[in-house]
Amino acid sequence: MDNQYADTFKEEAYELLAELENSLLELEDRPDDPELIGRVFRVMHTIKGSGAMFGFDDIAAFTHQVETAFDRVRSGKLIVSRKMINLTLAARDQIKVMLDGAGQEGAVDAAVTGQLVAGFKELLNEDQAAAPPAETAMPQPSPSEPPGDENSATYRIRFKPALNVFANGTNPVALLNELRQLGDCRIVAQMGDVPVLGELDPESCYIFWDIILTTAAGLDAIKDVFIFVEDDCEIRIDTLDGDGNAEGGDEAYKKLGEILVERGDIAASDIDSALANQKRLGEMLVEKGMVTPTQVHSALLEQQQVKEVRQERRQKEERARAQEAGASIRVPAEKLDVLVNLVGELVTIQARMTQTAARREDAELISIAEEVERLTAELRDNALNIRMLPIGTTFNKFKRLVRDLSGELGKEIEMTTEGAETELDKTVIERLNDPMVHLIRNCIDHGIEKPEVREAAGKPRQGTVRLAAVHSGDSVMLTIEDDGAGLGREAILAKAVEKGLVAPNAELPDQEIYNLIFAPGFSTASKVTSVSGRGVGMDVVKRAIDALRGSITINSRPGQGTVISIRIPLTMAIIESLLVQIGEDRFLIPLSLVDECIELTRADVAAAHGRNMATVRGHLVPYIPLRQKFAIAGTVPDIEQVVITEVNGTRVGFVVDRVIGEHQTVIKSLGRAFKHVDSMSGATILGDGSVALILDIPQLVRSVEEVSLP
Amino acid sequence: MSKVIMTADDSASIRQMVAFTLKQSGYEVVQAVDGRDALQQLGGRKVDMLITDLNMPNLDGIGLIKGARALPACKFIPIIMLTTESQDTKKQEGKAAGATGWIVKPFKPEQLLAVVKKVLG
Repeated sequence: MDNQYADTFKEEAYELLAELENSLLELEDRPDDPELIGRVFRVMHTIKGSGAMFGFDDIAAFTHQVETAFDRVRSGKLIVSRKMINLTLAARDQIKVMLDGAGQEGAVDAAVTGQLVAGFKELLNEDQAAAPPAETAMPQPSPSEPPGDENSATYRIRFKPALNVFANGTNPVALLNELRQLGDCRIVAQMGDVPVLGELDPESCYIFWDIILTTAAGLDAIKDVFIFVEDDCEIRIDTLDGDGNAEGGDEAYKKLGEILVERGDIAASDIDSALANQKRLGEMLVEKGMVTPTQVHSALLEQQQVKEVRQERRQKEERARAQEAGASIRVPAEKLDVLVNLVGELVTIQARMTQTAARREDAELISIAEEVERLTAELRDNALNIRMLPIGTTFNKFKRLVRDLSGELGKEIEMTTEGAETELDKTVIERLNDPMVHLIRNCIDHGIEKPEVREAAGKPRQGTVRLAAVHSGDSVMLTIEDDGAGLGREAILAKAVEKGLVAPNAELPDQEIYNLIFAPGFSTASKVTSVSGRGVGMDVVKRAIDALRGSITINSRPGQGTVISIRIPLTMAIIESLLVQIGEDRFLIPLSLVDECIELTRADVAAAHGRNMATVRGHLVPYIPLRQKFAIAGTVPDIEQVVITEVNGTRVGFVVDRVIGEHQTVIKSLGRAFKHVDSMSGATILGDGSVALILDIPQLVRSVEEVSLP
Repeated sequence: MSKVIMTADDSASIRQMVAFTLKQSGYEVVQAVDGRDALQQLGGRKVDMLITDLNMPNLDGIGLIKGARALPACKFIPIIMLTTESQDTKKQEGKAAGATGWIVKPFKPEQLLAVVKKVLG
C-alpha cells in the first residue's frame, strides 16, 4: 500500500523542497513576511504529514523539528535569524539526502541529522526543550466481526447529544448503528424532551437514547464510538455486568426501581413512597408522572438483557462442566435394548393407569396419572434418542463394497455419500444393512456400464453411485442413485406379462412398470438380468423394508440412471398409531400411513353393488372390509368407519366398526408360533391389559391385490 | 448511487491516497487542491462528505469548514479534518467551525475508512 504512494510523495517532496529553497532565500531578505513564513511552515507540515503516512518516518521525525521552529515564528514567539535560515537550508538539504537515500542502508549520515536536530533544539531551548511529536493514536476501527462471548460485559449507555448536534454534521443514528455492530444491543429512544410542534426546531436534536449493550469489545471501543462527540454530548457509560462478576452467579438482576434510581431518573425516596401502594412499580411511577413510560420500558429492557446474558453464561458453564466430565460413555447395546423394553412396559402400564384413573373419576389419581404420563413420554423420547446412531457408519461399509466389487467387475465406480450424520434407530440401521447391500450390488452389477460402454455413450468413464440420507418428518429418506443404463422398461413389462402380474394389453405408467420388479415372483430370473437390468431378489428387499414399516420406490430414465428411494420410520420400538375396533377386537393402524377417516353407511354399501368402492370427494377409493377378511362374527353396526391409508401412492380404505383414537404403541413381536401370519406386523398391550394386533397395511393391500388378479 | 466524498488537501500524495482508498471502497471522490478550490467546487455540486486538511494555501481548513457550513447543501454533511497533532486547540477551533470529527496524521487507509463509515453511517 505504502510503496504505491512513495513515488508520488518523493516527487511532491522534491517540488516542495525546491519551493522551500526559494522561500527561504526570500525570507532572508524579508524575515517578517507572514506570507513567506506561512509558506515555509506549510512545506514542512506537508513533508512531515505525508512522510509519516508513506513510511518515511525518519524524514517525518526530522522535519518535525523544523516545523516546530517555524510554528513558533508564525505565532510570533521566535524571530527569523540568519542562523535559523542557514540551519533550515541545511535541514532542507538533509531532507533531500534522506529522500534520495530512502530505503538504502547507510545512505544518510545520521550524525548530520543529529547535529541539525541539536541545532534546532538549541534555537528553541530559550523557552523549553522541543517536545517530541505527541502523536496520539487514532480511534481504532471498531471490530467488524461480532465479538465472541469471551469476557463480554454488559454496559448501560446514556447518549444525550447536544441540541445542535446536527450542525456539526453528526448523525446520531450512525453512532447507534456502530454500537449495534459491537454486540447484542437494545436501544430505547427517550422522547420526553421533544417540544410541541410549534416550538420544535427541526434542526435540533431533542431525543436522547438509553442503550444496553453486551459486548466483548471493552469500554474503550464504546468510548471510541463517541470520540467525536464526547465533548459536547452527555455520555454516561456504566458497566452493569462484567464477566466473572461477583454477583454473576445468579440470574436475578436489580429491580426496576434500583435501575431507575441508579440512572438518576428518580430519587430513592420517591420509589419508597410509591411502593407503599403496591401495584406494578412501572405503572405506578408512570401514573404519578415521575418517569415516562419510555424510561420504564428502557429500564425493563436493561433488566431483561442482563438476565438473559447471565442465563446464557450459566448454561455455557454447565455445558463446559458436562464436557469436562466426558463427552460420551460406552454402553453395551443390550443394556440399551433392555432400557427401551422397560420404557415400553412403562408406557403400557402408564396407559392403563390413566384409563383406570379416568374410570374411577378420582381427581387426585387423575392428576397423578397426568404427571406420570408426561414424565413417561419424556423418558420414552430420551430412551429412544439414546439408541439413535448416525447412518454414516454403514455408509463406510458400503464404500468398501463398491471399491471391491467394481474392481472385480472391471468397472470404474465412485461412491458419494450425503447426510452421513442422519440419525436412525440402531436396530433399524442394522436391519437396513442387507437390503442396502443388495441394492448397491445391483447398481454396480447391472446399473453402471463398463467404462468403454460409457465412453461410447458419451458419459464419463467413471460411474457414480450416490448414497444420500435425509430427515423428513418422522422418517428418514434414503436414496440410492446411479448414473448407469437405467431399467429396461420393455423387458420388465414383458416379464411381468409372462409371469401373469399384469394383463398383456395393460397400459401402465413407467413408474408402475419399474415398481413391478418388487413384485413377489418377479425375480429369480437370470434372464432379466442378462437382458437389461436388475430383478434378483428385489422382492426380498421390498419385504425387508416393509418389515421396517418403510416404503420403497424406484424410478429410472433409460441411459441416464436409476433412483431408488426408501422411506424408513425413525424408530421401531414405539410408534404412533390409530386404535380401531371390530366387534370386541381391537387393532392398530400405523398413523404414518393414515390419510383420513370417513363414514360408511349401509346405503353407501348398497349403492356400490358389492364392489367395495367408496366415493371420496369424487374419487373412487377401494376398501377392504376387515370384519369379513378376518372372519369376525357379530352384527355390523349401521354406520361403519373407513380408515383411508396411502401405501406407495395408492389410497386404500379399511372398514372397521369404530375408530377409538390415537395410541402410543409399544411394538411387541408376535413370537415364532405366529411367524406365518403375514397381515399383522406385531402386537401391543393396551391400557386395560388386553392385546391389540398391529395391522401390516402394505401386506394386507398386497394380499387383496393378489386375490383379485386373475 | 455511491456517495460522493470531497478531499481537500494541498498535498498531492495525501489526496491520491485518500482518493484511492475511498474509490476502492466504492465511494466517488472529488479532489480539491486547497480551501478556495474546494469551496468553489462545493458551490457547484453536491457532495455527501468533506475531508479537509487544515493547513492549506489560499484558504485553510478552518475557513473552508466555515464556508461550507454556510452553504445550504453542506449544512449537515459530515466534515472530517486532517490534523498533524492531536492539538486540542486546533480540534476545538475546527469543531467550533463545524467539523464533525478529525483524523490524526499519519493514518492508515483502514483508519480513514473506519472514520468515513462512522460519520457517513
